[in-house]
Amino acid sequence: MNMSKVVRAAANLLFPFILIFGLYIVAHGHLTPGGGFQGGAVFATGIILMIVAYRYETAVGRFSKDILRNCEFAGLLIFVSLALAALAFGTGFFYNWVADTGLIFGASVAPGANPGDLNTGGVIPLMNLAVGLEVLGALSVIILYMLSGTREEA
Amino acid sequence: MTPGIIAQHAPALIIALPLFAAFATPLIGRYSRQARDAWIFAAMAATAAIAAVLAYQVYTVGTVVYAFGAAAPHIPLPIDSGGIPIRIIFTVDAMSAFMVVTAAISGFAVTLYSLISESKLTGRDGFYALLLLLITGILGMVCTGDLFNFFVFLELNSIAGAALIAYRNDKGVAIEAGLKYAFLCTIGGLFVIFATALLYGQYNALNIAMLASRIEFTMLDKVALVLLLAALAMKAGAVPLHFWTPDAYSMAPGSITALLVVASQAGLYGVFRVVFTLYSVTLDYFAVGWIIIVLGVLSMFIGVTMALVQKDVKRLMAYHAVSQTGYMLLGVGVGLAVLGQQGLMDAYGLVAMEGGIFHIINHAMYKGLLFLTAGAIFYRTGTRNLNRLGGLGHSMKWTMIFFIIGALAIAGIPPFNGFASKLMIYESVFLFNPLLAIIAMVVSILMLASFVKVFQSIFMGPRLPEYADVKEAPLPMLIGMGILAVVTVAFGLAPAWVVDQFVAPAAAALVNQSGYIASVLGGL
Repeated sequence: MNMSKVVRAAANLLFPFILIFGLYIVAHGHLTPGGGFQGGAVFATGIILMIVAYRYETAVGRFSKDILRNCEFAGLLIFVSLALAALAFGTGFFYNWVADTGLIFGASVAPGANPGDLNTGGVIPLMNLAVGLEVLGALSVIILYMLSGTREEA
Repeated sequence: MTPGIIAQHAPALIIALPLFAAFATPLIGRYSRQARDAWIFAAMAATAAIAAVLAYQVYTVGTVVYAFGAAAPHIPLPIDSGGIPIRIIFTVDAMSAFMVVTAAISGFAVTLYSLISESKLTGRDGFYALLLLLITGILGMVCTGDLFNFFVFLELNSIAGAALIAYRNDKGVAIEAGLKYAFLCTIGGLFVIFATALLYGQYNALNIAMLASRIEFTMLDKVALVLLLAALAMKAGAVPLHFWTPDAYSMAPGSITALLVVASQAGLYGVFRVVFTLYSVTLDYFAVGWIIIVLGVLSMFIGVTMALVQKDVKRLMAYHAVSQTGYMLLGVGVGLAVLGQQGLMDAYGLVAMEGGIFHIINHAMYKGLLFLTAGAIFYRTGTRNLNRLGGLGHSMKWTMIFFIIGALAIAGIPPFNGFASKLMIYESVFLFNPLLAIIAMVVSILMLASFVKVFQSIFMGPRLPEYADVKEAPLPMLIGMGILAVVTVAFGLAPAWVVDQFVAPAAAALVNQSGYIASVLGGL
């Protein structure tokens, strides 16, 4: 059943902001409280909000289970691949091979007190992004599957 | 990858490879079923090969340590760390390697078997991903040298196991069994993490070697010990907390049950690791040893007496699994009870421990074999009820032979492997306390009695009309069972060699706490 127009309008308005906030928590995981799991969960709440505001059928049409499941597996694969890639450099599994290389997220950390540079952390933010992708896919799929058993009252 | 890299990173790859394969399975399965099956088989074969490499290193060179995330993973203590192991470290000693080999053989046979046995069901992408995650959880539990990391792999083991138990829906009955297992394992997991917190709060360390070097057996340590033992004994299926095993083992698909046996033994490994390596002589080894012995005797006796009255073949085997766990607890418990007395340890303590540890791999092999034969019978006939089965000896000859091998091994009849390990337990336990040895023998006789009954009702008798068109199990399932049968017979024919080469080093590693500490923290 569709919620009232007010709820739907508010949900539409909030939806992009929730997604941006989730992305912010994921991307700043190595600097501020939060990280992949928390950000991915916030991201999934955005999707759940849309499911609550609209009927299940509409929501399923908008967020395909296949794409969400692909997000889940892609996130997991990226995570393990980043850890495995360290072996190619002759270092241990999970070694932070991006840090201090000048690649993306690879800038050196400035010594002393500083407000925090997003472009640091090496594989840690990259793994946060992978975990975020995995969690948003997995939590959304769980909600969609739980709702798939419900039936609308006449 | 060159062989050098594989050898150097074996402790990491043994986790990384099944993990990677599990995550890629659903993606591959979306495009081709054949490719997915080949992928799973290749991944499991590669994992087993790495397990062999790792075990070879441990048995020839000694304990292997691996620091995750380090530039040089073989140095557990970075120079600037001040002698504190700051990273997650895998400490693979002979006992861990022994468990790794057990899990690898079982995992390989089960994977091969499940490629056919589950082929009639839907949702197999998830099934195989979870199967590989369960194997990852088992391997991680037995390799890790970090108490918190142990909890993580315990959870992985439990959650993957619960989902797999519920896989064969079965009008909700399997889901109930899976849910029961999930709840119990979650409570057990909470116990473990609470105990970890108690230890971390006192000693500021999570590394098992670091904790072992600092532990003092304070009041809080006693609480932590009780929590750890209760949770891990539950996971192993020892008696006061065995009630999940009949449900879980009977409702899970046959292939999964064979692997759940190994998953339970990873819990048993946890019990041994905690009492011998983490606490060692600081705890009251006589009292704790007797507690483990009593748990073992209760498991043995209650398990077998409950098994005698079962009508469902897998429920019956599940109670037997409880009973067999009792033998391992008895053997190792006797070793623990005389831990501080070197004379008694040399006289019979070490032999009892070797018997108990040898029984772990034997049990994984023949009990896995029996569960696989039960799965094959269910695959062909669609029932597990002993009163409805009969006359299958005419059509399923190979399955019958494998069943006989498994049944004779579990009853401790020579020349099968169960006899070898049980004899070691009887002889050494008799020197410790004759009554315990007599109970163990009586239990063994009851076990033979119940398997004679099962054999008679499944395979003997005239060919039944309703099973007239039953055929032999498909070849990959037979090969899966064959691998376990060959190991069962081989270990029974050359027990002395196996004990000398694999079991004695494992028992020695378990007793040698200072060696374990030194492998991480450096010389003593």
